[in-house]
This record gives sequence, C-alpha cells and structure tokens, in this order.
Amino acid sequence: MDPCTRRAFMKGGALSALGIGLGGMPRFLLRAAAAQGTAVRRKTLIAVFQRGAVDGLSMVVPHGDPDYYSARGAIAIARPASGQPETTVDLDGFFGLHPALSPLKPLWDTRRLAIVHACGSPDITRSHFDAQDYMESGTPGVKSTADGWLARGLQATPRASGAPFRAVAMGPQLPRVLRGEAGAVAMGSIAEFDVKGEGGASMTGAVDARRGFESMYEQGVRDLLYGTGKETFEAVKMLKAAAPQRLAPANGAQYPRGRFGDSLKQIAQLIRADIGVEVAFADVGGWDTHAGQGNERGQLANRLGDFAQGLAALERDLGDRMDDVVVLTMSEFGRTVRENGNRGTDHGHATAMLVLGGPVRGGAVYGRWPGLRRDQLFEGRDLAVTTDFRALFAEVALRHLGVAPTAPLFPGFTVKTSGFPGVLV
Amino acid sequence: MRPLEPRRTCAVLAPGLLALALVSGCSSSPPAGAGGHTPPAPPSARIVEPPPRYRVTLAASTLREDQRILHVLNRLGYGPRPGDLERVRQMGVERWIQRQLEPERIPDTVLEAALGDYPVLAMSAADLYRDYPPPRQQDVQRFQSGQMTPQEIREVFPPERRPAVINAQLQSAKITRAVLSERQLQEVMVDFWFNHFNVYALKGPVRWMTAAYEREAIRPHALGRFRDLVVATAHHPAMLYYLDNWLSTRDDLVVPGRGRRGLNENYARELLELHTLGVDGGYSQQDVVEVARCFTGWTIERPQQGGGYLFRPLAHDRGAKHVLGTTIPAGGGQEDGLAVIDLLARHPSTARFIATKLVRRFVRDDPPKALVDRVAGVFRKTDGDIRTVLVAIITSSEFISADTYHAKTKTPLEVVASALRALDGRLEPPPAPGAPARAVGGGLTLARQVARLGAPLYEAQPPTGYPDVAEAWVNAGALLGRMNYALALAENRLPGVRTDVGRFVQGVDRGQPAAVLDRIVSVVLQGEISASTRQVLVSQLDSPEIVRATVDDRGPRNTDVEKLAALVLGSPEFQRR
Repeated sequence: MDPCTRRAFMKGGALSALGIGLGGMPRFLLRAAAAQGTAVRRKTLIAVFQRGAVDGLSMVVPHGDPDYYSARGAIAIARPASGQPETTVDLDGFFGLHPALSPLKPLWDTRRLAIVHACGSPDITRSHFDAQDYMESGTPGVKSTADGWLARGLQATPRASGAPFRAVAMGPQLPRVLRGEAGAVAMGSIAEFDVKGEGGASMTGAVDARRGFESMYEQGVRDLLYGTGKETFEAVKMLKAAAPQRLAPANGAQYPRGRFGDSLKQIAQLIRADIGVEVAFADVGGWDTHAGQGNERGQLANRLGDFAQGLAALERDLGDRMDDVVVLTMSEFGRTVRENGNRGTDHGHATAMLVLGGPVRGGAVYGRWPGLRRDQLFEGRDLAVTTDFRALFAEVALRHLGVAPTAPLFPGFTVKTSGFPGVLV
Repeated sequence: MRPLEPRRTCAVLAPGLLALALVSGCSSSPPAGAGGHTPPAPPSARIVEPPPRYRVTLAASTLREDQRILHVLNRLGYGPRPGDLERVRQMGVERWIQRQLEPERIPDTVLEAALGDYPVLAMSAADLYRDYPPPRQQDVQRFQSGQMTPQEIREVFPPERRPAVINAQLQSAKITRAVLSERQLQEVMVDFWFNHFNVYALKGPVRWMTAAYEREAIRPHALGRFRDLVVATAHHPAMLYYLDNWLSTRDDLVVPGRGRRGLNENYARELLELHTLGVDGGYSQQDVVEVARCFTGWTIERPQQGGGYLFRPLAHDRGAKHVLGTTIPAGGGQEDGLAVIDLLARHPSTARFIATKLVRRFVRDDPPKALVDRVAGVFRKTDGDIRTVLVAIITSSEFISADTYHAKTKTPLEVVASALRALDGRLEPPPAPGAPARAVGGGLTLARQVARLGAPLYEAQPPTGYPDVAEAWVNAGALLGRMNYALALAENRLPGVRTDVGRFVQGVDRGQPAAVLDRIVSVVLQGEISASTRQVLVSQLDSPEIVRATVDDRGPRNTDVEKLAALVLGSPEFQRR
C-alpha cells in the first residue's frame, strides 16, 4: 500500500468511527462550531517558498562586509544612507534590508521579524528541482523519501477531529512538503472550491451533482484518487459552513495584486474562519535572476516589493492572531557571490530566510556569518551554509507547532535544541 | 535559423500526394537493425498502402481485446471518440499503432482546416513581432499613470494586435490538435518533447519565439532522432533566450563602453540535468562550467525583435575544454557545442534518463526497472531513434499488462481533451475581428480549463516542465476542478464548446433510466466502469429530478441526461488512462 492509500484508509476509518456519514451534519463540523467559542487557539505556521533560489545577498544585504561591494558591481545594493530611500535599509550596522523590503522594517523594529542568514542545505546540488525537493522532503541527498517534513510534523501531532483544513496549500498543486499521511488540501482559490452545476452552487441541481460525485469517491479508499476525493468533500462541507470568503481584509491591510497577494489574503481568511488551520503554504516564483537582476530597482526589486507588501499585509490583516502565528520563508539555495557576465547571478549555496510573527525573537539576524572573502566561500564561489535549514525548521516545528522531539521530522538528522538558531521565544 | 544541421523534415502532405510521397523516402529512415525496416520501393511505383516501416506485435496479456484497444487509444493518444473502438477493432489495433508511428501517412484534413484559424502557427518570430508588437514605452507609462481611459488604451493598443494573442492562438491550436488530429501519437510526442525541452512563453521575447520553437525545433523531430532534438533546441532562439545562453560569453570578454561580460551557466546546467544525462547522470559542477564554455557565443541576432541564431566568434571561449573526461580541443568555435551534444546524446546516462521518462509517460508512474533497462538498451543501440524506442515500450509485456491498465492518472491536458473527445464535442472557431468582446473560441475556453487544473499550456515557468505523476495532479482543488469541468462540458455551458449528450441516448427508452445510464457509460467509458461507481449512478437515477424528467410527456429534459454524463466524466474511472 502506498503511503497515500494508507493515510486515506486510516483517516477514512477514523472518520467512520466517529459516525460521519452522508446524511446530516458531520460531527467534526459540529465540534468545530462548538469549539469556536471556547477552545484555545491553535498555533499556525505559514510557510512561504520562494521558488527559483532567491539572492539572499540582495534580500538581506551584508553591507558591512568589505567583500560584498567588491564582488558585486552593477547589482550591488547601495550602502545605507539616511534620508535616501533607494539604499539598503540598515538593520544592525552590518546587515540591511533591500529597500523593496522596507514594508517589513516596522516588524523588525517591533521585534517581530528575525532573519537567519547563511542558511541552507548541507547537500551541494545546484539543481532547482533537487534542492526544492530536498528542502520539502527534509532529507537532503535522499530522493526516495515519500512524504514532506511538514506532513510528518502534522502526523506526529494527531488531532482527534481529523479536520480537513489542518494543512492547506494555495495553488493548483499540493506541494511536496505537505504530501503524506497527514493529508492536506490544495486549492486554487476559496471561491472555486465547490462543485458547481448549472445555475451555480446554490441550485438543487448542483447539490445532486455534488452528492453524486461524493458518493462515487466514497466507495472505499483504494488509492490516491479515492482517498483525495473523500477528503475533498469533507473539506467542501466545512468550507461552506465557515464561509471564509465573507471576511474582508482587516485593519486596512492591502495585499499586492497578483497570485502571491491573493494566496496570502485567502490564507488569512482561512485562518480567521477558525477551521483549524495549523499549516498554510504559499509559494512565489521569479527569483532565478541569471540576467539583469537589477539593484535597488529592477527585476529582483519588483519581486521583493511584491513579497514584502504581501507579508506586511498578512501581518496587518491577522492582527492579534499573529500572537499564535509564525511565518517562515525559504528558498532552495542562494546565488553566486560574484555577479556574472550578465548583471545577474548563477546558482549558489546559502541564502537568507525570514521568520516573522508574535512568537518570534525578532530584531536580530541569526546564524554565524561565514564571510565573503574568496577563501571563505563554499567551493570558492558561494556563500557557505552555517545554519542547516533543518535546524531552523525543527525549531519552528517543535517550539511553535508542538511536534515532539522524537518525531521523525528529519530522518538522518538529530534534532538538538542546542542546535536551534533560537529565533522563537 | 539553424545553419549547422541539415534537417530531414517531412512537409505536411496534401492527401492527394500522399501515396506518391510515401515512397520517396522523405522521412528519416530508422537505423540499420531496427525492427521491421522495409526498404523503400522504387520511385515509379504507386503503392496505395505501403507496408509499415515499423511492425508492432503487442505482448500477450490478460486484457480483453476491447480493453487492449482502449488502453492503446488512451496511452498513445487523447482517448477514444465515439466509434473509435469499433474502427480500431476493425482495422486491428496493431495496424493502428503502426500507422501512428508514421503520421506522415495519415491524412489530417479536418485538423488542417481547423488550424487555419490560427495564423500565428505558421509565422516567424520576426513577423509575429511586427504584427503583435509590444506596447511602446511611452504608452505603457501613460497606461500606468491612469491618464488614459480604457477606450483610449484599446485604440492605442488594440486587443487583437497585442502579444497575448499569440499565446492564446498557440494554446487554442494545441487543444485543437489534441482533440482533432488523426495523428494522435505525434501530438502526444510533441507535447512530451516540448515539456522535456520546456521553454516558458511568457519570459520576455520568448512569446514571439514559441510558435517557431514548436514548429521548427520540436515537431519535425518528435518521432525522429533524439540528437536532432537536442541540436535543434540548442540553436533555437526560444531556448537560447529562456535559459540565458544568448548572454553567455567567455569570462574575459570586455565590450567597449559596456563593461565586462562572462559565463552564464543556466543553459549548460539544464542541458545536462534536464535534457540529457539527468541529475544523477554523473556530471560535476566543473562539467557545468566546461559545457557553458563550449556554448559561449551561441547567441541571438536582435533577440528583442525576433532574430535568429547567431554565432559570435568574439564571445566564444577558444580554449580547450574537458567535459565528462573528454577533451574538446582549443579552437573549435561553434563546433564545441555540437561536440558536447554528440557526447551527451550518446551517453548511457542519457539513454537511461530518456527511457525512464518515456516509460513513465507510457507505462506507469514508477517505471519498472527491467523495462527501463531494455528500453535504454534500444535507445543506445539505435542512437536514439525515437520510433524504435517507442516500439520497444509499446510491445513490452509491461505496457499491456493488466496492472498497467488504468494505472496512469490523466494530466490536465489529457482529461480536458479526452472528455471533449468522449462526447464528440465541437470547438467553435475563434471569433472574427469585430465580434463582441466576450466571444471566445472553444480552443481557448478549453485551454483555460487546462490552466485551472494546474497546467497552463506553454506557461510552465521552470525548465523541468510539468510533472508526469499522479500525485502532482490529484489534490482537493484540482479534483473539484475536474468535476466542475465535467459538469460544464456535459451541460453545454462552456463558451465556444458545443456538446449534445442527448443525441447519444436517442432511441433509448427514456422510461428506463437504467438503459439511459448504460448507453452513457457505453459512450463515455466504453462500459469500463467499476461496480461501485455504477451503483452510485444507479442510485442517482432515483433522485426526484431525474425521475420527474423521465416521466415528462414532452420528453426528458436534457439536463438530467447531461448530469449523468457529467457524473461519468467526473468519475474516478475517467480520471485514469
């Protein structure tokens, strides 16, 4: 039996034991409704994957490192200069934010934003595909791992309710990091997440179609297709009851236009609808800046602006809920320290990752800085990794999501609290 | 466009010329030793149905004959249309496969007529740039500043002349081909190789190059020789631009007044990792650098305006290179890149990598190792003759075995195209200029459905293309998308797409809902339905709506028959091939 089948089977069994059937209100819905007033709020992790390998040296600029400006010419981000908007936004006298990330500066100032620099994978691959795969499976160098580390984390902290929205990914595909026995929902958008027959979802005809499809996919949990189908209809019912789309962005939050902003906006809606979201995932591409990446302005600056405005809007929208939320950003590797021949950068090694939220010990850059002198570089060309991404991810999983230290989060990697970067309270 | 390599290309033949052209040896000959190679007849002979170049004998299997036919139609094409099962049964499934292996022999007039609606298919990048130019910079600034009304923007930058028209036509044409082409295997292979040598049509000027890329670099070689695909894609402006090789120069090049240039590793890495050896194919970072050096100077003339391939000797690194243990001597010029391609195309890792991907496409998500070994052996022995490699896969016992039947989950393109074919739906042509703004052709509507299911055509951003395994496409949101597509299609609600489920049940006694259901299951799934799904459908027949409809004197409302068809199209069975 493949893992997904096993997962769906076990889950199906658990649900039928709870008496959830076709007729009437599923019990988990009633329980979820009842829980809204009383239960303690769950912790939520929002993981954001910057696919394509973001240039960490432009995102979080080591302006105090003398070798930064000699390695980079046209694409260097100008030294901080107070009063000048298009320069590095200084953080601590050594590091600074790309000016397009200035929407995140207030979070740094209020100690809700931490940065882990020179973070990455112990594996040396410079393949986007493999490196993303390793960062999502949590097993650098091992391709046969069937599931993702977040799925394993959720599986290790079971919830009796079997709530379908424990893990949700915005987008047309379920990311590798959430594949596994814990189950997760992927959706392009909340609005499209229903069966829609003639005349829209509210017509009786549509109800029949939905019931028909639901019954077909309920006929035993034989494989991925059936298992997913079954989970899908549980999720549809729950979403209809919760109607998250009615929740307009709060506190004047303004999301940037485009897919990334839409994803974050809908993640906030799902969290605010109290349907038990523990892990939400969004990804954003466009970081593979081999040519013409720009400096304070240009291609990368535009991507970073969108990225920062989205995160800042999310933080604002969630308001007090951010006390229980951690946002973790990641990218498969960084980029070459030296600018290439095309005012761009090629595939490198370490990059910078952001951690933001209420539980974060913000206002600090974590991790040992390996330096940018040629002899300090990995293979003579790339920023060396001084923080294994698994140490950071493990800290978030254990301290924030409450995953047990014994859980098989990262097979082959010993999780030691002493090895944590220390980004969380 | 591609000056280095004489191409062996078959023009699309008018049916009248077909018989004559067939014997003129216009298609590339299979290598010596390839199974079933028949020497061409003398040019004077007129043979209406010459013997096939490739003989196919399917392996023994426990599948029934009809199941074997359905399996072949689902795996080598975009699924059966009503009547296809009977037609192939009559012709013989092996003969059908043999014909598919020689698409140039199959008349495709209906498709060719339909493709006349998409003029961009035949246009050069330069012509596309001229006819669908980008907006002028000063106009963009005026759009963005909000100084112009939408009407003014339409006048300055008319929608029918925008670059977006190109991709809309390409997407529509791709759907149209999948749905209408008689050369089903060819279309499957064009899709496969485009995805293998992916370019992203929305990266800068690639939008003006993509039509030519598929037409010149992919399509002529889809059933040809693997090396030719690598050579053609390596030279093509779309690839040169997409993976930045057009910018890559020797590391010490200084352009007067414009500063230092240098190496760009992007194409070299993906050539090794994704196009040939595979990520575990045994190359190092140093090999990436050496390969990049070999391709320095392979660039594009006027890349922003649709220019072609150009070799710039000044940009080329003239030193010796060492690739995978082989020395490429100094001074080779643009031949260095071809030497690399020869090395890579003949490398055993490439044979294994391509065999794995093809077996994954045609057999199962987890390719059986023994089959991959055999297919890789055929690839090596035939120097990458794609047809012979396909024959090895198709005639394997693994291909036709009972546990391969329905083992693959359809990709978004496959599910969208196969559903339209199953209902024998019709795609309306794109609206003529001046039609109401909301009018849309059926091809574009279906392309949007494919995008909604997660795989927008020609718009896969990463060089990996789209994945070919079920777990990439089966998730809650996508599954609902598939059901909604089934409903919209069967209920005839998609703009520009016409279906009429009612005609399939003509002559069936509507007073017997079970008979209606049997007919629909027979049309859409050729009766191949699980007992449990059938049971669900039978229980649907008890729903008040359907009963009311079937006892209505004025005849049944189609909605109900349509809804039944939608349930069948959205069933787990129809998601598989």
